[in-house]
Amino acid sequence: MTTTASTAPARTSAPVRQNKKKTPVSRYFTHAFLAVIAFVWAFPVLWAVVNAFRDYQYTSVNGYVSWGGFTLKNFTDAWEQANFSQHFMNSVIITVPAVILTLFLASGVAFVISRFSWRFNIVMLGLFTAANLLPQQSLLIPLYRMAIAVPLPEWMSDSELLYDSYWMLILVNVAFQTGFCAFVLSNYMKTLPRELYEAAMVDGASIWRQYWQLTLPLCRPPLAALATLEVTWIYNEFFWATVLMRTGDKFPVTSALNALKGQFFTDLNLLAAGSIIVAIPTLVIFFALQKQFVAGLTLGANKG
Amino acid sequence: MTVGGSDLPVVNPATVAKAPAGGSHKGAPRGGRVRRLTGNDRIVVFAMVIVPLFLTMVFVVLPAIASVVLSFASWDGIGGVSNIKWIGFENYKNIATNYPPFWPAIRHNVLWLVVLFFIATPLGMFFAVILDKNIRFSRFYQTPIYLPVVLSLALIGFIWQLQYSRDFGLINAILQFLGLQEPDEAIDWFGDPNIAIWAALAASAWRHAGYIMLLYLAGLKGVDPSLREAASVDGANEVKTFFSIVFPVLRPINIIVVVITVIESLRAFDLVWIINKGRNGLELISALVTSNVTGEASRIGFGSALATIMLAISLIFITIYLATIFKEEEQ
Repeated sequence: MTTTASTAPARTSAPVRQNKKKTPVSRYFTHAFLAVIAFVWAFPVLWAVVNAFRDYQYTSVNGYVSWGGFTLKNFTDAWEQANFSQHFMNSVIITVPAVILTLFLASGVAFVISRFSWRFNIVMLGLFTAANLLPQQSLLIPLYRMAIAVPLPEWMSDSELLYDSYWMLILVNVAFQTGFCAFVLSNYMKTLPRELYEAAMVDGASIWRQYWQLTLPLCRPPLAALATLEVTWIYNEFFWATVLMRTGDKFPVTSALNALKGQFFTDLNLLAAGSIIVAIPTLVIFFALQKQFVAGLTLGANKG
Repeated sequence: MTVGGSDLPVVNPATVAKAPAGGSHKGAPRGGRVRRLTGNDRIVVFAMVIVPLFLTMVFVVLPAIASVVLSFASWDGIGGVSNIKWIGFENYKNIATNYPPFWPAIRHNVLWLVVLFFIATPLGMFFAVILDKNIRFSRFYQTPIYLPVVLSLALIGFIWQLQYSRDFGLINAILQFLGLQEPDEAIDWFGDPNIAIWAALAASAWRHAGYIMLLYLAGLKGVDPSLREAASVDGANEVKTFFSIVFPVLRPINIIVVVITVIESLRAFDLVWIINKGRNGLELISALVTSNVTGEASRIGFGSALATIMLAISLIFITIYLATIFKEEEQ
């Protein structure tokens, strides 16, 4: 550990290092262990990446434990066969409005909770937390019946029902995600200095202006973290789209996997390429916005 | 989280609830403020609360109640609500005595919990503890471990098929290369009813460990270093320091991790559904509910009874969780 002193954050102060007389051997052991674990954890994804670039003919002759036969053909084939352009469009149609609506509604309710402490807030807290944790399947039957029973005009949904429409999926996602976001945001808003609001009130700013022009701009960090997280979650959402959609062309990417299974499971190279295509948006988020993603995940678990 | 995604988003109400209660916080002035609001402001505040509340009611609370009510009914969903026959606890009796997949599903859900709780969770915690020790390249090591967290479990089913496939999977290829398996004895890891649940659990644990690692890494960063210093000055070894000093301080994270693990095991769904719709050795309660509703013969009452069983189990844990949190807050 002593050699890492230059990179170690300040919190590891001198006494710790003096007391732990780590031998180089144990340090190397730790590194070796972590390297193995990291490799094992990365392996399933790496294996998919490598084989996505390999020709089916080549691997069926030489086996998968071989090297060579690299091609891009699997990606173009998978893209066309699975109709990915359509499914990605569907995912965008669902994810973008759902995330925006979730953050808008959650920030509103968080603002009220953080500004006004009613006894009512504790009820909301319990309700939202419980709602957050219930298994979706236990709510499936009434929601499914509801979706079938509620008609929509044709310009809103070509099924003319809430069932098999994007509206239902957007609403369900918003309903389930708002509670989580509201509490992360209210946690953050409570740390904003109260003098800000007093000044705003002296200036006669309305509640709406205090929310929209004062609070929201200050909440950019948690909003960015939550947006990152929610995009990933709603993009990855599988269950509701599987049960509340019927038309194959309307499925978002993640739920479309179910229909693609039959096509892909006979050709593993195609399967690998399809998997990578589906993973790309979340992988981009993972590598580009890692900080926001991790912050979002741990915001709820940690003191804000 | 999600509840929308396959992930479980969890907030820690303890930290949330404390803020308004503690007078020292810089929150807004408390109590009675709302009454002093005028016209438009009142409407805005009301709308901000009522819209999310309405959505939660319509999409969560009322459906939960409806599930319980319908569990006492016999209804095939055809014809109006007037066709519903009320049959008391008949559905529950049928589930327990006359529905072969039920007990395997319960066993699998329990197994899911046991594996995530006793293997994946400690593993994730262990990784976090090691990575927290200011090791060089720590970021480089931790990135692959939590990479699976951004992938959906449905996609994970796809990716692991590359390992598990009977004819082309890597695992069988390696076993055959090492001479541990004859080609005609190749194992279909996701297809063999005795093995499938373990294959699915390995994939699930792969993701769960990364998630848990992430939560503990964040938690460990918040531990006051002087605590550990004091312990190590006293000559306590690392293991002892961790369990007697650090672990108890991580209590808020520990509670969340327990809740996440329990609830995730209860509502595990995506992975088994993508593999074979939760049949053939992969029965789970969540998959049974779904099959009973979306399948050809929709048995609303029967499916609702299954859903109610899920609801009851989850509510037990949620109640314990909320009670723990609120009790701590009062103290």
